[in-house]
Amino acid sequence: MKTFVKFYISLDSSITTTTMAVFNLTVNNKKVKVDVEPDMPLLWVIRDFVGLKGTKFGCGMAMCGACTVHLNGQPIRSCQTPISVVAKNAKITTIEGIGEVQLHAVQQAWIDEQVPQCGYCQSGQIMSAVALLKTTPNPTDEDIDAAMSGNLCRCGTYDRIRKAIHKASDTIKGSAGVGGGR
Amino acid sequence: MTSRRNFLKTTSLTTFGFALGVSSFAKDATLKKITPAIVSLEINPFIIIDTAGNITLVNPRPDMGQGSTQAVPSLLAEELEVTLEKVKIVQSDGKGKYGDQTSGGSSSVRALWQPIRKAGAAAREMLTETAAKRWNVPISECFAQDGKIVHRGSGKSLTYGELADDASKLEIPKNPKLKEAKDFKIIGKYNKRLDVPERVTGKAVYGLDVDVPGMVYASIVHSPMLHGKIASIDDTETKKIAGVLQVVRTERPMPHRKSEAVAVIATNWWAALKGKKALKVQWDNGNYDKTLSTQKYFDATYEAAKKEGINYEEKGDFSAKYASAKQKTEANYETPFLAHAPIEPENAIVHVKDDGTIEIWAPVQGPDWALRDVCGYMNVKPEQVKINVTLLGGAFGRKAYHDFLLEACHLSKELKKNVKVTWTREDDITQGPYRPGMLSHLQGFVENGKITGFHHHAIGESIAGQVFKGLKDDEADPWLTGEISPENSKYNFATASKISWTNVKTDIPVVWWRSVYASNFGWGQECFIDELAHLAGKDPLQARLDILSDERFRKVLETLAEKANWKEKLPAGQGKGIAVFRSFDSISAACVTVSKQENGVKIDKVVSVIDCGYYVNPDNVKAQTEGNIVMGLTSAIKDGITFTNGVCDQTNFHQFNLMRINEAPKMEIHIIDSGANPGGVGEPGLPPIAPALGNAIFAATGKRIRKLPFDISNIG
Repeated sequence: MKTFVKFYISLDSSITTTTMAVFNLTVNNKKVKVDVEPDMPLLWVIRDFVGLKGTKFGCGMAMCGACTVHLNGQPIRSCQTPISVVAKNAKITTIEGIGEVQLHAVQQAWIDEQVPQCGYCQSGQIMSAVALLKTTPNPTDEDIDAAMSGNLCRCGTYDRIRKAIHKASDTIKGSAGVGGGR
Repeated sequence: MTSRRNFLKTTSLTTFGFALGVSSFAKDATLKKITPAIVSLEINPFIIIDTAGNITLVNPRPDMGQGSTQAVPSLLAEELEVTLEKVKIVQSDGKGKYGDQTSGGSSSVRALWQPIRKAGAAAREMLTETAAKRWNVPISECFAQDGKIVHRGSGKSLTYGELADDASKLEIPKNPKLKEAKDFKIIGKYNKRLDVPERVTGKAVYGLDVDVPGMVYASIVHSPMLHGKIASIDDTETKKIAGVLQVVRTERPMPHRKSEAVAVIATNWWAALKGKKALKVQWDNGNYDKTLSTQKYFDATYEAAKKEGINYEEKGDFSAKYASAKQKTEANYETPFLAHAPIEPENAIVHVKDDGTIEIWAPVQGPDWALRDVCGYMNVKPEQVKINVTLLGGAFGRKAYHDFLLEACHLSKELKKNVKVTWTREDDITQGPYRPGMLSHLQGFVENGKITGFHHHAIGESIAGQVFKGLKDDEADPWLTGEISPENSKYNFATASKISWTNVKTDIPVVWWRSVYASNFGWGQECFIDELAHLAGKDPLQARLDILSDERFRKVLETLAEKANWKEKLPAGQGKGIAVFRSFDSISAACVTVSKQENGVKIDKVVSVIDCGYYVNPDNVKAQTEGNIVMGLTSAIKDGITFTNGVCDQTNFHQFNLMRINEAPKMEIHIIDSGANPGGVGEPGLPPIAPALGNAIFAATGKRIRKLPFDISNIG
């Protein structure tokens, strides 16, 4: 049974005894300093040391996408990205950082289409969708499938995710209310 | 002089100007002057209207994505004539005064439909009576509207807050008048869920998101063969890892047995996980490498299928009629073990305090069950335990099984610390509990173009027997037989019918999974009905209608036929399949359309129809049914759980694949407004999905699939 996973990052997670190190990061435009082991995945740095809990743990091997954040605007699986590979000047954006002043069009579309059920995977889904619309402002269903197939949803909200992305696309293009209706 | 203690007491009493519960909560000292409302003794939600007019509902059904935090307050808001935004929701904590509190069995609206509405209506009547008295006008001239009582003639009004204190002194009406359906403003109407914004901004707090000051993190090495004994532990490498505090022997308490385990305790989760990976544990696995085998289990079920089971119900002499039948067939239908795999893994924080009290933060489906299990395991009284239920990042039955919570209890007691246990995905997939794999042995015959004889022999492990123990060997698991009983299966088999069962035991832990055994037996029943329809030379829809007199079933099937355009002529290589199944008081049917592709098929579309009686929010009924389509298809064409040589063959989502967005078909949901009592919504949409797919594949390719899961890209 084949699985289609884009963005799969495979890193050797062999056990090494390491010492702590200080890392300076920019998370959601704020500078933060953490003192952690260099092999700690960005996910756990964000959650347990920066204190932002919106990014989720689901599988620990980049198979579910719940941990998706942006690194310089690119979606990455933070559970498979050691903090040591994150460049000093890199900009990290999490779910908390995309709609701080006003909800992002993707978040609003998620509300309009009532996408979430349990909602646990939706931070990752939204981060993938935001990244998709940056590079592909007018995505086809095939574009959506390709960009979103790395994000699992056990509640099965895929049909609504597709509709919401089309709706957000319309909003961003300034033609709110066209398409994506229920 | 007012002491601080007295001041607090007075304040709390004025705050709780009026409260309406469904049963007595007089034990609570701070609330003892509040009038308890005894409307029903079955369920015990807790409704408070304070002197500022704030309305609080203690919701007795945790939200795992099924929408209970909208559905339950909607019932109250409707009768109380307030908008949903006005009702503040507090999650119940498991205490007995709140009654049954488990999100399971698609029960939230079914169970609370009457009690919550009655409580709301009683409060409305008491507030109305209070206003009428104050104005000295007849009650009939007063009505409730948007949080106020209004006098029809003069237009003057009083807020609920202004009336709450006096209203609380009235006797509570035992049979308040409920609103008629035609007057509903919220129930049955589209309303956005108020909890969605926090779920799209990262603000929603799930179990895994809770931090408690002073807590340590635990990662647990579970027995690879589930029940092995620890022979030796080498923690040399683990202890070198920065952040690791200690390595301790512990246990995994399951309802039917305990397993040995080792916990790595650390100052942060990553360190605990690294420590776990570096730990070397030798296990004495006894015979589990031979006994823990899904192949052996299924071999035993197929052996049982050759023999007579224990009769649960028989009409006519099925065996004799089957023996002499001219047009007959039989088949075995298999469904696999499955993991629930909620995306939020199992987790819990427990603090066993010095004074013996226990505080818990955990995503549990049933705080009442969790409290019962914690009290039993820790040997404490309910009043010594405080459970803070968080949001659940999916559950599907898994989080009503409390091994992960009791692990945290055990560790906190041993370590005298606040402990957060987090399972890895590998723990979740390899340790169970799982939906049991089951076998349906089916026999049937047709006479004069009609299906007139049917026998379902349900074979496999009993969830009730394993989880609750206490079932006698000849006692039927009520779920196992209930799912295929005449209450749910309304076909009239004119000549003879039989339901029988055989319990095949396994050491693999099993538990309820979305729609429980209906998810297993819908597959066999509805595919085999299809086989019998073809044997009778009938259209599969017509063959079903020929043996159904139940009006609701007929309506569901006829609606499905119309919406899915069942009668249309399809090009060669395309096919449609239908299935219908009743579970949790709701009837759901599905039509799947597939088209041939190389060696397999592609799912083009799924149309689903559900009659769940009265419902709260049509959009949520649709959302749950969409979820059931995806989970039902996943259970058919993605991975099952298998054990070989004692070990689970799947470890994470690369081996236990779930359906992804690129595989999800177009879907369409239709709801029947039957006006019947509310049925379940969270589960009933699932059972017909897999058999509708199997029947569609037969229609498109002539290939009859009888074993799940199968590879849809290569159906042979």
